[in-house]
Amino acid sequence: MKALSCTRLLAALVLALACQLGLAEEARPLADDPVAEKRLQAISAELRCLVCQNETIAGSNADLAKDLRREIRGMIQAGQSDQQIIDFMVTRYGDFVLYRPPFKSVTLLLWVGPLLFLVVGIAALQLYMRRRARLLQDSRPLSEAEARQAEALLAEGSNDTQGKGTAP
Amino acid sequence: MMKNKYVWLLAAFAALVVLLAVGLNLNPREIPSPLVGKPAPAFELPRLGSTDQRFGPKDMQGQVWMLNVWSSWCVSCRQEHPLLVELGKRRVVPIVGLNYKEVRGDGGIDTSKMPLEQENALARERAAAWLKSHGDPYTLSVLDLDGRVGIDYGVYGVPETYVIDKAGVIRYKQIGPITPEVVEQKLLPLIAELNK
Repeated sequence: MKALSCTRLLAALVLALACQLGLAEEARPLADDPVAEKRLQAISAELRCLVCQNETIAGSNADLAKDLRREIRGMIQAGQSDQQIIDFMVTRYGDFVLYRPPFKSVTLLLWVGPLLFLVVGIAALQLYMRRRARLLQDSRPLSEAEARQAEALLAEGSNDTQGKGTAP
Repeated sequence: MMKNKYVWLLAAFAALVVLLAVGLNLNPREIPSPLVGKPAPAFELPRLGSTDQRFGPKDMQGQVWMLNVWSSWCVSCRQEHPLLVELGKRRVVPIVGLNYKEVRGDGGIDTSKMPLEQENALARERAAAWLKSHGDPYTLSVLDLDGRVGIDYGVYGVPETYVIDKAGVIRYKQIGPITPEVVEQKLLPLIAELNK
């Protein structure tokens, strides 16, 4: 039994290692220059692939993403700065290509929208709380005098019904 | 008080429905191109049907023209092609075809080991055959084998169509196939206006 679990553990370990190796194999950069490759990764992770719009250019397998990675690699090799490469993309595909679009009039709602929702939410919550507080205040427990008054009224009522019942 | 609350809820729900309806009717693939209003990027590409002639946007200086990005593997191109053929027959505007990644863009062909010469020959053969069977609306077509010119034009979904004015400025970009409505309501009026 113990030997079995040992071999199982070993198998799991080997499997895990194989997975690691497999992954490493897949992610191995194509270019020889690891620094350039790192920059390529960093830049393309900031850019949206226009074919599969929820993927980055770094992560997408679309043909266009491959072409753009090749283009970026070429620009890095040509000694262009990150900003120059980003500008290259924006002039062709617009701000939409950026995962972090710049703050300007067109993107105002995009940036301020969540804040707007928060403000509206807080205002609504406050309104609700105030109303609720008022309601609670209205239904405060009776004061002693009121309680006595209420009791008297109730007693009167029950006397009345009793009176009616016993009346000839 | 209670009634008021329900009216508010109903109004909020109606607003949400309108918002979602508008959102669902927008095409997420239609991204406003930053190239509209900018000069058409320069290029020089070999022409289809001739081995030594090349073409660039500067050759069209002084003319209003259309650049249509197409490929034989592109399914939507087949959809819009009859309209282009029709438009070509009317001779209202010269249409230049930009054949985009004819061989490389075709998922069925492995080009990783294909020599450029062979790719070029195959692209010419396939493009010419496609135009022969579907009709050729183009004044001329050029071959963008690796899609570099496509990148300069911000192409991300073939077909795409550009209207370029006499000064070489892009005035309109259609992403995806053109429709009869686009031809009648956008392309023709714009071309007429630009030709004034």
